[in-house]
Amino acid sequence: ATPPSPAPAEPRSSSDERNQSRINPSRESMDASAAAAGGGDGTQRTLNPYVTGNSVIAMKYKDGVIMACDTGASYGSTLRYKSVERIKEVGKHSLIGGSGEFSDFQEILRYLDELTLNDHMWDDGNSLGPKEIHAYLTRVMYNRRNKFDPLWNSLVLGGVKKGPKGDEKYLGMVNMIGTHFEENHIATGFGNHMAIPILRGEWREDMTFEEAVKLIEKCLLVLLYRDRSSINKFQIAKITTEGSTIYPPYALKTNWGFAAFENPSKGAVGTW
Amino acid sequence: MILAGSNRRLHSVHRNSGLAVAGLAADGRQIVSRAKSEAANYEKVYGEPMPVKELADRVASYVHLCTLYWWLRPFGCGVILGGYDRDGPQLYMIEPSGLSYKYFGAALGKGRQAAKTEIEKLKLSELTCREGIVEVAKIIYGVHDEAKDKSFELELSWVCEESNRQHEKVPSDLLEQAK
Repeated sequence: ATPPSPAPAEPRSSSDERNQSRINPSRESMDASAAAAGGGDGTQRTLNPYVTGNSVIAMKYKDGVIMACDTGASYGSTLRYKSVERIKEVGKHSLIGGSGEFSDFQEILRYLDELTLNDHMWDDGNSLGPKEIHAYLTRVMYNRRNKFDPLWNSLVLGGVKKGPKGDEKYLGMVNMIGTHFEENHIATGFGNHMAIPILRGEWREDMTFEEAVKLIEKCLLVLLYRDRSSINKFQIAKITTEGSTIYPPYALKTNWGFAAFENPSKGAVGTW
Repeated sequence: MILAGSNRRLHSVHRNSGLAVAGLAADGRQIVSRAKSEAANYEKVYGEPMPVKELADRVASYVHLCTLYWWLRPFGCGVILGGYDRDGPQLYMIEPSGLSYKYFGAALGKGRQAAKTEIEKLKLSELTCREGIVEVAKIIYGVHDEAKDKSFELELSWVCEESNRQHEKVPSDLLEQAK
């Protein structure tokens, strides 16, 4: 396939190439600019995600952090994989949820496995907490981005660890360009647009587990109705000082019994 | 005078195996470090935890390497490697010469002759891990000469069904019992 033609607005790694492609938009210069963008040696890096996971929603509650997502992974517009676990435990104190390119998420899990194994083998009475793991992931994501070889994910990192002020709950997010922050409630992907407004309105400090699940289910339901790439199979995970639990997948009840949906073709002439 | 827990002689090499060092502690660190990286690399390439036999081979080769060139000095320590893989629990001992054998019972260090005699008296095939740690602690205390040797701290670790086939320090209540 031919590489996309360089538009003048497209960012270039050096002004030389910009001038060259404007004066002489030949095949060689297009290849050269694609190569330079990819790493300077003619190889290409991740340009598009292929198998992608959907939104992840998380929030702090009284005993710790609760995280939820659907168990689907899409291949473009096809809902290809329907039983994918996108929330995993990391060490003793954290949970990670990933949306975006699933193979990159698996790679991140491998990095974290190495990290936690080394931490475990030290056996010095201390273990990596969610804040530390979040910082590690931020470094990984940002440095990959700077090499034009991003891990195409938005990661949610939550956990509880004993600190100087007692049990400290932590919830943060990193995305593929390295933007990271800490917040009481997080949502990735479409959740940013649909779940965050709900969470901002209804989240309170010290919710019980049942209240938190209800609020999360409300967000998940909105995403199920309105996000085309979500499926009706969800997993909820929670982490407290006692440890983490990832619950088996379940479905939410949806309601399609609206009057407007009956006889949809009633007022429209010529439709079927 | 030593702070308890500061002189670590038992190290985890991977989730399922551990190394005990006898001799120059600094040389021991080098061997442990190499074993850790071998085990991690094996899992990265082959996707499964390294078999204990393979790990023992690699460590033995590495120790032996330092006996081959005049500009390298041999390791000043021996190690005992214990692990649990698909073939069950296994014990290997690697000496500074690079000699490595699989054992049912092994001892290294100053009191190894006396310790070996004590181990031979045990019926190893009938001993469970729980009973084993008591026996092992007894031997260590027995071999320790009150007059000649300084006071010491006992470090015990195990890999067995009870620990979920993971190498870990023996839980403190069992440790206290053994003492």
